[in-house]
This record gives sequence, structure tokens and C-alpha cells, in this order.
Amino acid sequence: MNNLPCRLLLSDGSRFEGFFFTSPHVRTGEVVFNTALTGYQEVVTDPSYTGQMVVMTYPMIGSYGVTPLDNESSKAHLRVLICKEYIPFYSNWRATQSLGEFLDDHQVVGITGVDTRTLTRRLRDHGSLNGVVAPATHDWDRLADMIGAIPTMVGQNLTPLVTTPTPYRVVPSNALPTYRVAVIDTGVKRHILNELTQRGCSCDVFPVTASVHDILGQFDGVMLANGPGDPEPVESVIHLIQQLLGKLPIFGICLGHQLLWLALGGQTYKLKFGHHAVNHPVRQLATGRVEITSQNHGFCIDIDSLPSDQIELTHINLNDHTPEGFRHRRYPAFSVQYHPESAPGPHDSTYLFDDFVNMMQQFRMKGFANVVS
Amino acid sequence: MPKRKDIKSVLLIGSGPIVIGQACEFDYSGTQACKALKEEGCRVILVNSNPATIMTDPSLADATYIEPLTVECLTQVIQKEKPDAILPTLGGQTALNLAMKLAQSGVLQANGVEMIGATLESIQKAEDRRAFKLAMDSIGLASARSHIAYNLEEAKRAALNLGYPCVVRPSFTLGGTGGGIAYNQDELESIVGSGLRNSIISEVLIEESILGWKEFELELMRDRNDNAVVICSIENMDPMGVHTGDSITVAPAQTLSDVEYQVMRNAAIAILREIGVETGGANVQFAVNPVDGRLIVIEMNPRVSRSSALASKATGFPIAKFAAKLSIGYTLDELMNDITKKTPACFEPSIDYCVVKIPRFNFDKFPQTSPVLGTAMKSVGEAMAIGRTFKEAFQKAIRSLETKRFGFGFDGKDPSLISDEDLRYHLITPGPDRLTMLVVALQRGMSVSEVVDATKMDPWFVHQLHQLVQFALTFTNTP
Repeated sequence: MNNLPCRLLLSDGSRFEGFFFTSPHVRTGEVVFNTALTGYQEVVTDPSYTGQMVVMTYPMIGSYGVTPLDNESSKAHLRVLICKEYIPFYSNWRATQSLGEFLDDHQVVGITGVDTRTLTRRLRDHGSLNGVVAPATHDWDRLADMIGAIPTMVGQNLTPLVTTPTPYRVVPSNALPTYRVAVIDTGVKRHILNELTQRGCSCDVFPVTASVHDILGQFDGVMLANGPGDPEPVESVIHLIQQLLGKLPIFGICLGHQLLWLALGGQTYKLKFGHHAVNHPVRQLATGRVEITSQNHGFCIDIDSLPSDQIELTHINLNDHTPEGFRHRRYPAFSVQYHPESAPGPHDSTYLFDDFVNMMQQFRMKGFANVVS
Repeated sequence: MPKRKDIKSVLLIGSGPIVIGQACEFDYSGTQACKALKEEGCRVILVNSNPATIMTDPSLADATYIEPLTVECLTQVIQKEKPDAILPTLGGQTALNLAMKLAQSGVLQANGVEMIGATLESIQKAEDRRAFKLAMDSIGLASARSHIAYNLEEAKRAALNLGYPCVVRPSFTLGGTGGGIAYNQDELESIVGSGLRNSIISEVLIEESILGWKEFELELMRDRNDNAVVICSIENMDPMGVHTGDSITVAPAQTLSDVEYQVMRNAAIAILREIGVETGGANVQFAVNPVDGRLIVIEMNPRVSRSSALASKATGFPIAKFAAKLSIGYTLDELMNDITKKTPACFEPSIDYCVVKIPRFNFDKFPQTSPVLGTAMKSVGEAMAIGRTFKEAFQKAIRSLETKRFGFGFDGKDPSLISDEDLRYHLITPGPDRLTMLVVALQRGMSVSEVVDATKMDPWFVHQLHQLVQFALTFTNTP
């Protein structure tokens, strides 16, 4: 373990000190906090955290090590993992290496000994802030200059950084596929593909540059994946969705949910400090039941920007009453802001993948006209 | 789903005398329930045989009966007061057992009293070890291999089949009274004898030994709309074989990855549904094989328990109060979070600290009792501390025990004369002074893996203790 002292400066001028538990590098990014008690490996490998530094509010991180089985993508995406106490002596029968070693393998920086409680309170009061992490040999003024150069999250299309360069296919492990799903890879998590293949779907994962001709006529449905950054500038995918609407069943998650909303003509906005947690209560309006959900988003759909005769609000967040899901009244399309694939987080919402499979089944059997009623 | 309008008066059963295994935590939960029900305009009728409790203060319940907790007395109270409902899940095992007898004897039905917070069937399913095991099988969850015995001969046959050591668990007891681990036939005979005497239905379970496995507990709540949430996960520092009440416990669980934790969460919620805990708090205990992660369900309490009190204080989520409100018809999303005041109680608390509970023993006052920790609870109290790290919380908890110790190591009060042989014995055979033995072992240079082999504690905890000992050395080595 490296013990070099480090500095963390936020764009509001607040200063924090700590130590590197990985190789020391200078890193910049938007600082957000995550309140999950477990699941640091899934957080680290979630492409949605591209360009961000994540503060874990749970103080002890690294306790159960890392296993390749729990990666949500092929690499670590966030810029810096910020902890109160990094635990190098992990203990778990599945673990193959320590978190610090894993981060070093992926050139991601980890820092420990930081007063994460004060840091989180600052982010909660001020909203997400940009920040810079550097060895303590850098003076604060120089770090302040670096912060000025960080672009704001608003307006950034980060999907080209995380999308697959070429299409690939994932098939169910023990059966012939029943449905073929086209997945638009804006930064897809492995568990979304797992949930689909477990339900007998084969998944063809396309880059964000895919065209409508790649998809129409060959698939039973379209999965719009999660991903990083602002949805608004992801124009290629928004345009693609507009050409697919009504022609195939569509299911969107997180960024995919926002892109579906934009494709329908709605608007999105940036939340103050976003939702990054695994304990948000969401009410399914049709049944009244509450699901405990995994969440990771900085932007939100503006529910008033589309008329209710087109859109049915299906889910709401009980903490801040933001919209969490909708379906289109005419097209076979629905989406949720949270993560039914969890990883990390509770498995309360996996029924949404069943709903998607049912929608594809109905669409195949009866055609579009009977799916939406 | 708002409050039920048909419940205007509720009979609450207290937990009776303070005994090992059932102490003031049930006064706390009962008191919370009294207040919560009164807040909702219910007439609260309280029966408890122990007047030295907060709940029996005249200002709390509308009618308080200091009477023996027997079917006869409760029957008289019910006939006189004619309550609409009886709430048995907040007075520990005593209240649950008594409510079960009242239901079985027909007293509740004859007087039109509805049992709320639990049903007779769910209590029976959870408490009868055979029914519970069948229920677990039916939802695909593993439990330890076991056989039921009603006499010594059956117990011996079961033990031969499972091999020694094996665990003896009497059905329907509190704090595991009368149970134990048998390493040979002589021990089996004595433990089964006391187990059969202590069990109200003269039934014991002989179970495969999972000694040395990791032990976990989840505290949950469920409402009548089938919303279910985990309030807190707890990991025992002492391995399986030491009763949870005697274990050092830590919240949240430290050594589970999210994948493993979610498997446990799904299992716990499935168990609540299968057993039929319709409203209120419950806890589920699991054992995990440290070698391959095999998960086994140990037991489930369909009531507010000792661990609920810990979970409430650890997270700020008032389990007893909400259990009372759920029992009269509210759902979790209708209750407000006591801390934020503006978000619903239907969520899973997240914390940015660590909680450590350390039991307090008093073997000096019980000279006939062997000072060895096993599956029957022997501690007489406990201290809980909160810290930003495990080490901080652990040190604070040791100080809070009021045993004139000021932390793990550091205070120079650990014995230096104990022989290596005795030390090894005390590490392998956990007793009330095992923390002292751990300090000495680590100070003498025993490696983390040697200590893990001897104690079966998870290496994670031993590493943490090792760091504390190393840190203390930097002080003592400074002139």
C-alpha cells in the first residue's frame, strides 16, 4: 500500500487531505457521493461513473476484496475512489485481489484517510462540485487553476468513451434464445445483459453509432442502456430511438430512460446532487407497492414537458417525489430511471425485465396494435 | 392503507422478569409500543409480572395489570377488559409463547380478540423447528441437517447419524436455555436431558455442527401491503457456536460482498413471506461457511428481538414503535422517517459509521456456571458504541463495559504470566475474557492466521485487532 499524502480541492475552495492507497496520480472530475454499504466493486466498474470521483459515505472500503466475477464492465471507469478508511486486509472466500491492486491495474486512483462525512455534507449542501486530487507536493493555488479547466457535466456526451467499438453478441448459456434484443451500448452494465439472457434473450450489443437499418427487421426488442453524462447531447441515439418508436418494443434504463424521454420530445435537467444509493423507495403507481431501488443518476426527466395523454407516469421516488418511470400510451415503450438490474443493490425490481419479455411476446404474437391498450 | 378503525383497544403482553436472555430491551420495545398505540388513540391494556419496568409506570398504559404471565391471569384480564386485539410481538419470547397458548386454548376466539402483529400459524411455523425446516425446504433455502428427538434414545440415534460434535436445540425456549454442543455421548445425554425439560413441548432438535462458520443476522420489517425492508445487517465476530447474545456483533456486516448480501436479503424477505410475518419486525439468522460461502438459515424470530433493539439504536430506525403502528394497519410508506421527518419510513437505512456491541459477563455471581461460551446465552448485559471505523467503535465499546478496562491493549492490564498452553486453550475455548487472551496472543507475536485457526474468528476482525496491538506498541516502545 502506498502512503503518499494527497490533497483534494473542490471548486468551492474547500480543502481535504488524505493518502493514496494506489499509485499517486493527478486526477480531475465531478465529485459525487454514494451511500451504498456494499458494492464498491460494482460502483468502480459501472461505466455511468465515467468522469466522476466517487465518495463512499460508508467509511470502511475494501473489506471483502475484489473478484473478477463482480465486474460490471471490463474496466474501472471512475476517476478517483474517495474513502475514510481503506482496508487492505480483505477477507472473503471469493476475493482474488485487494481493491487497491485492482484500481492500480486500471490506473484508477484511490485515496483514504479523507474526512468523507464533511465532504459529503458539503456536496449535499452545495450540490455536486468539480474537484482535483493530487500529491501533497502540489500547492493549493496550482490545484485551483486545474479545477477551472474542468468542463461541467452539463452538455457533455460521454458515451463515445464507454461504448463498444464493434457489435458483439451474448446468448443464454443453457438454451436457444427465444427473443433477440438489440442493446444500444451507452455504457451498459453486465447485469442488464445477464437479466435478459436469463430470460431467454440473446443480446446484440451495438455501439452508439448504430443505424436503424442494423436493427429493424432483425430484433424483437430494443434495450436502451445506462450510461454516463448529460443525455441531451447524445444526439445519435436520440435520433435512432425516434426511428424505432412504435416499430419495436423499447425498454430504457437510467440514461436510456432519459434518452427515450428526449426522443419523445421531452426535456431533462440536472439534479442538485443526484441519486447515488441503493436504498431509494420507489412506488409503483399501478399496485401501490414500494420497491427499494438502486440508483445512480445526476439528471432527471421533466415530467411536465410531455402531455399526460401521451405519457403515463408509472413510478415515483418517495424521498423527493421525482419521476422514476413512465410508459408511452401508444407505442410499446417504457423506461425507469433507477436500476432494476441492481448490482449493487436490492433485487426488488427485476419484474421489469419480465414485463419487457412479455411486451416482446405480445408484439410478436399480435403485432403492435394490440400491445398497447 | 390507513389505520384500521375496528381496533380501539389493544392488550399488550410484557416480558416478565429480567433474566439472562431477556432483559430491559423488551421493556424498551413494550414502552415504545404503549406510546405508539396511545398516540393513535388506542386504549392500551398492559399485563406484566415485573413492576420494576418503565412500561408499568402508571402514565404509560391506560390499564396496567401487574399479574403473573399465565394463561389463567391473562384470561381473566381479557374477560374483564374485552380488548379488540392482542399484540404479542413486543414482549420477547415470553409474550409470544403466552399468546400462542391463549390462542390454542380458545380464549382469544371466545372473547373476540384478534391477534395482531403475528398469527398463531406464523408463530408455530417459525418456532417449531421441524415446521420451519420444511418451510425453508419449500422455498429452496438450505438449513443445517437435523433430526427431531423427543427422548434420549432418538437423540442418540440422531447424533450417530450426524456425527459429533452436534448441536442440541430445544424448541420454544428463550435465549437457547437448555441447549448446547455435545462432543460425545456423555455430553449429549446431559444436554438432551435439560433440553427436554426446558422445552415446553419436550422436543429437541439434534443438528449437524456448523461450529466455526460465520454468523450473520438481518433485521427486517414488513407491512400488510407486502412492503419489506432490511433495517440492518449484523455480523458476529464470534463464530457459530457462541450464542448471538454472547457474541461481539458488528453492524453493518463487514465481510459480505454486495452479491452475497443481496442473496441473504432475498432469502430473508422470502422467509418473512413464507412464514407469514404479516406486519412488524422480525429477524433472520444465517450461517455462512467461510470456505465456500454456503449459506444456511439458522432461525427466524417473528417478533421484535434483542437484536432489534441494537438495530434500532444503530440506525435510528424505531423498530418497536413502527411494529406497533404497522400492527394496527399502517403501511411503511405511510409512516415518516423519525430522523429526516420528511421522507417515508419505507426505506433501508444507510449509515456512515460502524456499530460494535460487546457483551458483559458476570461469572463471579454464578459460581456454578462454567465460564465457557456456548449456544446458551450467559451474558448479563452489553455495551454498544458507534465509531467512524471498526477500531474506534470497538475501543469505545470496551470502555463502555465499565469493567475498568480502557481499550483493547493500551491500558497495561492484560495478564503477562499466562502460559502459552493456557493461552491457546482460552483462544480455542471462548470464555468471558477472550478479548484479553487475544491481546496477549497478538502481543506475544502469534500471527493473524494462527489466531484465526484457534478462534475461528474471521481474519478481517483479527487483522483489525492486530492493527490495534501494533499501534499500542508504538506507544509502549516510545521512551
